[in-house]
Amino acid sequence: MTTPQNVDTNKLKNLPHSYARTGWVLLTIGIVLTVLSFAFNPKHASFGLIMTLTYVGGVGIGGLFWVGVEYVSSAVWSTAMRRPFEFLASVIPYLILLALPLLFKMRTVFEWTHLNYFKDDPAMIVKAPYLNVPFFVVRTVVVLAVWALFYFLIVKNSRRQDETRDQSLTTRNIKLSAGFMPVFAVTLTIFSIDWLMSLTPSWFSTIFAVYVFAGSVLAAMAFATIIIVLLNEKGQFPVKLSRDHYYNLGAFLFAFIVFWAYIGFSQFILQWYGNLREETMYYIPRMHGSWAVVSVALALVEFVIPFFMLVTKPAKMDPKRLVFVSVWLLFAHALDIYWMVMPVYSSGGTVFGITELAFLVLSIGIILTVFSTTARRNNMVPVGDPKLQRGLEFHL
Amino acid sequence: MSEMKKTSQAVRRLYGVTALFDRPERLLHAVGEVVKQGIKSYDAYTPYPVHGLDTKMKLKRSMIGAVTLVVGLTGASLLLLFTWWTNSIDYPLVIGGKPLFSWPSYVPLMFEMTVLFGAVSTVTALLVIWLNLPRNSHPLHDTDFMKKVSNDRFGICIEATDPQFDERSVKALLEKLGGASVEAVYYEERELTLRETILDPKFIGAIVVVAVLTSGAAYFGFNKMNLIRPWNSLTVQDKVLPETQSAFYADGFAMRPPVKGTVARGQMPYRYASDIPGAEKYMKNPILPTKHVMELGQRDFNTYCSPCHGYFADGQSRLQGQFPVPPSLHIDSLVTAPDGLYYEVITNGYQGVMPSYERQIPRDERWAIIWYIRALQKAQSPEVANVK
Repeated sequence: MTTPQNVDTNKLKNLPHSYARTGWVLLTIGIVLTVLSFAFNPKHASFGLIMTLTYVGGVGIGGLFWVGVEYVSSAVWSTAMRRPFEFLASVIPYLILLALPLLFKMRTVFEWTHLNYFKDDPAMIVKAPYLNVPFFVVRTVVVLAVWALFYFLIVKNSRRQDETRDQSLTTRNIKLSAGFMPVFAVTLTIFSIDWLMSLTPSWFSTIFAVYVFAGSVLAAMAFATIIIVLLNEKGQFPVKLSRDHYYNLGAFLFAFIVFWAYIGFSQFILQWYGNLREETMYYIPRMHGSWAVVSVALALVEFVIPFFMLVTKPAKMDPKRLVFVSVWLLFAHALDIYWMVMPVYSSGGTVFGITELAFLVLSIGIILTVFSTTARRNNMVPVGDPKLQRGLEFHL
Repeated sequence: MSEMKKTSQAVRRLYGVTALFDRPERLLHAVGEVVKQGIKSYDAYTPYPVHGLDTKMKLKRSMIGAVTLVVGLTGASLLLLFTWWTNSIDYPLVIGGKPLFSWPSYVPLMFEMTVLFGAVSTVTALLVIWLNLPRNSHPLHDTDFMKKVSNDRFGICIEATDPQFDERSVKALLEKLGGASVEAVYYEERELTLRETILDPKFIGAIVVVAVLTSGAAYFGFNKMNLIRPWNSLTVQDKVLPETQSAFYADGFAMRPPVKGTVARGQMPYRYASDIPGAEKYMKNPILPTKHVMELGQRDFNTYCSPCHGYFADGQSRLQGQFPVPPSLHIDSLVTAPDGLYYEVITNGYQGVMPSYERQIPRDERWAIIWYIRALQKAQSPEVANVK
């Protein structure tokens, strides 16, 4: 029942107050801005709320994905850093609060909710059994419930292990995570098809969910990296992490930057080359006018620039560089979501207003608030995990 | 090693002192101690990459990554230059209706060239710059030490070129650190001046012979052998090629003509071709003038008819003067003409001046055009009865 050496027990539940304070401030401003945006332009604001839902949801489920990967692969290096990912995933139960107002606003954002949309279009008539309001609501509730279920099961075992030091809990979590992986793939596919792809109802892309997955998981990794590196550099993390731990975080960031670009380009080139009306309709508004600028900027901001910022080995180990690139990537992912959602609202040209501001502030506010309140109630390091000691001794 | 030392020690020089360790941790420890002694000329040998060894040895960061990055990007740029020049400048070719310089389709190729250039340059740079190719002899070759460290031992070699080198004290140091089989390695000066076997005429000759044989065999296989029985089944087949005759059917055609009176799917037989009186007498407009039909007729009329007949069917067209001017459709004889005349003229043309539009305009759309012409005619000569 002893706590492993090297763990500073005073810091286990002692996340600095500044995190929670920043979170609450951002959350309050975000809610005020969201309410204001609904007062000014409800339609625009509804699209903004979809961006918030997919951003927060992506980061949350991305956090749970990393926890699951840690268990399934029995990774050792990341054990000491698993808790920040669990805390990120703690936004999952609150996602329904973001989805609920949208479920009442569906007719403003989803074209397919209007029955006459299906008339005369054989492609849409085929989709009618899937794209209808009752089934959509059921799917959203089921997906969010399944995520919350796996979150509670996995995290409960992980936290209980802090007290009991029971090694069989790790085995149980490995089995749970192995079950979670295929469920995650299917539910994230449903989630991204429903909330992002069906904004352009007659468009389809079989790789779309993978694209959303790449961006979300990257954003989750970036968020956790910021907090882990900042805490560790200021000596507020309960254990001492080395540059080798940093290197792995940086390598994962780098890998998912490239993966995101690879998937994004694959989706683009197939539809661009095929040049079929039902496929190019997604890209045509995004390749003309001011949206073209956003498209090019997205490729630069989420791929080219961070690629060169992280390409060398010392860069992946440098705490300052890691924090900078991670913050950069959080905004890049926000730009990605903006690029996916907003051309549907305003296909003529870009929009930027109180709604977009509300999206940014509210998303970061929700994640940071839920993260810091959860973190202050739970151990920052899984002290009962049998892999912890080896994880701390990890070196490249 | 020891036997050789006995036989010809006079012409041999000391290369260094080697020691073997059975665990990577011991090697790491030993390297740390050696560095602490201030010894600079030494190297560690391991069967696989040992983590932490480079930091213990205080090695500078390898430049190999920079080589890969720079040459990889060069590969991508060269490919872009190549596709741009060939596809847009030297032989402009429109593919799939895309612009001449369609960069997205070059990205997969650029990626492949990045990988190819990067991989080949990495290996080449390793061999040439870091391993001093084509020199291929090293004093540690063919020693027991090299056999062990390429199998399951971890070795260190302190070289005689080090200013602090003293054989006895180095041996003592390595033995103190727990090294097994601590030995001095000697080499002959001759070894270093040996001609590189990689440049041996026999070796190069063998490579050339193999290259000629392989490409000759490939040429024969792909260009000659597949034209010879029994490997010619891809080039010689029982089928009738264009501009040849079938030996199987008496009429020489490969395909059988359809049975007389066969009607293709969707085809409607039209029996009044070039029979204007028949068409006038028996053809009736089979569709109703709904809003949809009128809009369809207007669209098709504006597309196909208006260039010559004008938007109002009065002959005032934008091709006025460049082409035989068709009569106005508002003259009495045409206003009273039956629908069948119009249908026959649209379908088969008129007196060699107006061409046939049978291929361009489907049957129902021809009737829609006729409804639209009727509407134009009524609009041009309004009657009280028509104005509601």
